[in-house]
Amino acid sequence: MAKAYTPGLKVTASTHHEAHRVLPIPGEVKVAEGDTVEADTVVAETFMDGDITPLNVANLLSAQPGDVPELMLKKEGDAVEKDEPIARSKGVFGMFKAECRAPASGTLETVSSTTGQIMIRGASIPVQVKAYLPGRVLEVLPAEGVIIENEVALIQGIFGIGGETSGTIMMACSAHDEELDAPAITPEMSGAVVIGGARMTAAAIEKAREVGVAAVVSGGIDDSDLREILGYDLGVAITGTEKLGITVVVTEGFGEIGMAKRTFELLQARSGRMASVNGATQIRAGVMRPEILIPLEAGKTADSEETNHTESGVLELGTPIRVIRDPYFGLIGTVAALPESPQVLGSGSKSRVLDVALESGDTVTVPRANVELIET
Amino acid sequence: MSSASPDIPASVKVILATDCGSTTTKAIMIEQVDGVFRQTWRGEAPTTVEEPFANVTVGVLNALTEIQEVSGRRLLDDDGQIIRPATADAGCDIYISTSSAGGGLQMMVAGVVREMTAASAKRAALGAGAIVMDTIASNDKRRPHEQIQRIRELRPDMVLISGGTDGGDTKKVTEIAELIAPAKPRPRFGKSYELPIIFAGNVKAQSEMKRVFGDGGFDLKITDNLRPSLEQENLGPARDMIHDVFLEHVMAHAPGYDKLMSITDAPIMPTPGAVGDILQTIAKGRGINAVGVDIGGATTDVFSVFDGTFNRTVSANLGMSYSISNVCAEATLPTILRWVHIDMDERELRNRVKNKMIRPTTIPQTLEALVFEQAVAREALRLAYKQHKEFATTLKGVQQQRTVGDTFSQQSGGETIVDSMKLDLLVASGGVLSHAPRMHQTAMLLIDAFEPEGITELAKDSIFMMPHLGVLASVHETAAMEVFERDCLVFLGTCVAPKGLGKPGKTCFSWSLDGGARGSGELQFGDIELVELGPDETAEIEIKPARGFDVGAGNGKVVKQTIRGGTVGVILDARGRALALPEERSACQAAMSRVIDQIGLYPEPAAEAVAQTSGSTR
Repeated sequence: MAKAYTPGLKVTASTHHEAHRVLPIPGEVKVAEGDTVEADTVVAETFMDGDITPLNVANLLSAQPGDVPELMLKKEGDAVEKDEPIARSKGVFGMFKAECRAPASGTLETVSSTTGQIMIRGASIPVQVKAYLPGRVLEVLPAEGVIIENEVALIQGIFGIGGETSGTIMMACSAHDEELDAPAITPEMSGAVVIGGARMTAAAIEKAREVGVAAVVSGGIDDSDLREILGYDLGVAITGTEKLGITVVVTEGFGEIGMAKRTFELLQARSGRMASVNGATQIRAGVMRPEILIPLEAGKTADSEETNHTESGVLELGTPIRVIRDPYFGLIGTVAALPESPQVLGSGSKSRVLDVALESGDTVTVPRANVELIET
Repeated sequence: MSSASPDIPASVKVILATDCGSTTTKAIMIEQVDGVFRQTWRGEAPTTVEEPFANVTVGVLNALTEIQEVSGRRLLDDDGQIIRPATADAGCDIYISTSSAGGGLQMMVAGVVREMTAASAKRAALGAGAIVMDTIASNDKRRPHEQIQRIRELRPDMVLISGGTDGGDTKKVTEIAELIAPAKPRPRFGKSYELPIIFAGNVKAQSEMKRVFGDGGFDLKITDNLRPSLEQENLGPARDMIHDVFLEHVMAHAPGYDKLMSITDAPIMPTPGAVGDILQTIAKGRGINAVGVDIGGATTDVFSVFDGTFNRTVSANLGMSYSISNVCAEATLPTILRWVHIDMDERELRNRVKNKMIRPTTIPQTLEALVFEQAVAREALRLAYKQHKEFATTLKGVQQQRTVGDTFSQQSGGETIVDSMKLDLLVASGGVLSHAPRMHQTAMLLIDAFEPEGITELAKDSIFMMPHLGVLASVHETAAMEVFERDCLVFLGTCVAPKGLGKPGKTCFSWSLDGGARGSGELQFGDIELVELGPDETAEIEIKPARGFDVGAGNGKVVKQTIRGGTVGVILDARGRALALPEERSACQAAMSRVIDQIGLYPEPAAEAVAQTSGSTR
């Protein structure tokens, strides 16, 4: 067999991209089909039910739960203000009345005569969805959101933290294997998507955060640096909701590893252009990888910028791949041979393998499970 | 509700079973050969619940087609239907299936008192094969608004509420319901899905539940109280209701499951529920205590049956790929490195762990990588077993009678019913255990993580067949038992390990097999030894423990017992229980090296092996 299938990350100079921008619950779509939108255009909006604040009035007034409805000063559906009296006990001979005040503002939703508990529903919480990807509204999904399309350069990272952001691409390193450290971050990078080379240090990310950089993209990161930035040891790779004030995208993996040369060059060639970046990563259940989307220059289409094509997911002789496990972690090369029969590994396991012709000129044999296609 | 065929043929000869996992659908064929049921063929295909197929039956039929091709037996007709009943060269008599596709069954449970009704509800949900996302209780130390916030964040498939003994107070359980209803937990399957609420609490509170959940958006189901009195736990009806709701609601919303349900001869079961069922069937059939473990990439399931009481726990973030980083965070790297006999660079290991987390499908290429991965596995298993022991306390299982006094003691924690000395059979499944290059490694992983005491049989699930057999047991127990014994389990051997601690160099125990005819000897404390006893072989072992050591009969008392051999043999473990490795790193490395040499864990790889050690490309 001269072919095998393996997963890979997409790094492409030009592709047609559709971004689904939908609300978590039904709401109002604010744009129309065919509209041109910018990254920060609000495309859909809704209001989520407000927070619920429970209060056990029976306990507070030392009353029977069954008596609570008649002790209430407000009815179900009434608006209440925080600290406003909402229930009052009968007292003793009309004296010594105890009062119960609203713990929050909102609407009195329920009064239970079984438990003596009431529920106050707070004001609705607005939820907005922004366009994220500048482009054209391809389709409106009624009450849900929109699909936005554009021709973009797309780079999938392997891991990221922080959510969606956008900014102008600025280079902080001049080579794909150059470490990104704090001195490379300058105040002019405020609001930018900063591109590093190899490992990015915690000091570099901290400085980037200080100067207001939107996102930092580099080849690798050390586990200890990640821990320093997050303040905890990340147990499971489900990210995107961190409130760090910066988005971080790692293109290759953990350790001192340089960004793939091709990825670096692709980003370098687009320095000064706007990019949308999302660090959200979810490796379990429906793999989600971080991404960098760079809309093509106006008038250019997916086919007009140079791109290479390889059949997606197929490993064959000459396919560019990256080794993704030690002892050759991070090395890049092409498939040199796809032996048919399984071989015994150094670990003692039997596995199907392939030979990789590395950029250095060496050839190594690795399990097929330990390579990743560099999709183009 | 059920798709069970009322007419299972009396003379069943051929059975087909599938397990639809998140990524792979595994099919097996069981045939009657020379009067006994044997697993004969297997096939697998990618699960097809996602686009572009969005129909689980496509993957099922692909897996069956593979069996059809390798076995030469025609299983599907021209319309792609399973041929039934079986003829001499075509079709099958029974087709059954389990499923964990789409993340399995995810539940939220609630009760009044965390240690009592809420704990009972959790046991019912876990026993039914669910992942319990959270347990809400009046005394869970969260304030009501925090509980509501949590409920709002979750996306359960269903909610199980218990609380109150029959005829007792209704107020507390109604309060819990009143928190859940306005929080409106959003189901995974979208806004058109009416979230099933199962109420298994105080019968007197049923009308209140109807009032609270009657306003739409919920599908309230009421079943018997799972804690009818303080002294009694009755999980059966709640578990059955969970299965029914799973079929009616959850499965019905998964793509293609309506069709799959219509072609199976027994209700589709959640995969872990089926594994639990087969373990219970076996433990009951053989009259033994058993523990099963299934370690995956994301989670580790532990099942136990002690004195007929079944328990299951899911350790949600203990696994070997997606969750490997969490294992390292929980166990700490120095603890993991106790099991590693060679020097390793800590910083590089931490980066390697994270790289495995983000690229979960990679496999160890070098021996060094394998040693480290198996060290992590020991800690993942150890932590999962610890959680299981903490959960499987007294007042577990169905219809157990207790005194009021016992109930009070439970509030302070409860005694675990998992007794390593009483354990008879330890069954391993899951990638890192099933696919270890040597069975000796699987055996030692089990011994180091579970620390069985006395005499314990070790086995592994050959091709992860337990789910299939679990559901088969519900329609044809004999077939399930026969296949389990003959084909499902690969017996690794027997572990003999006295309980107690001593000083290195002092006698721990002496032993003889078949009166010395097959060997005898004496082990010093700290020693470990492997004695050959092949698969299908048995022998009588006599163990004389030194004073201070116990192999099941009591301190220093002799034990004679027939033991079973296996692919590994008999492991005589005099390292003591609880197992304590030297604190000092070099002494610990030396101790591990001795184990590795004695058991032959990592023999020198073949000269032609690929990449023996890590290093440069030159």
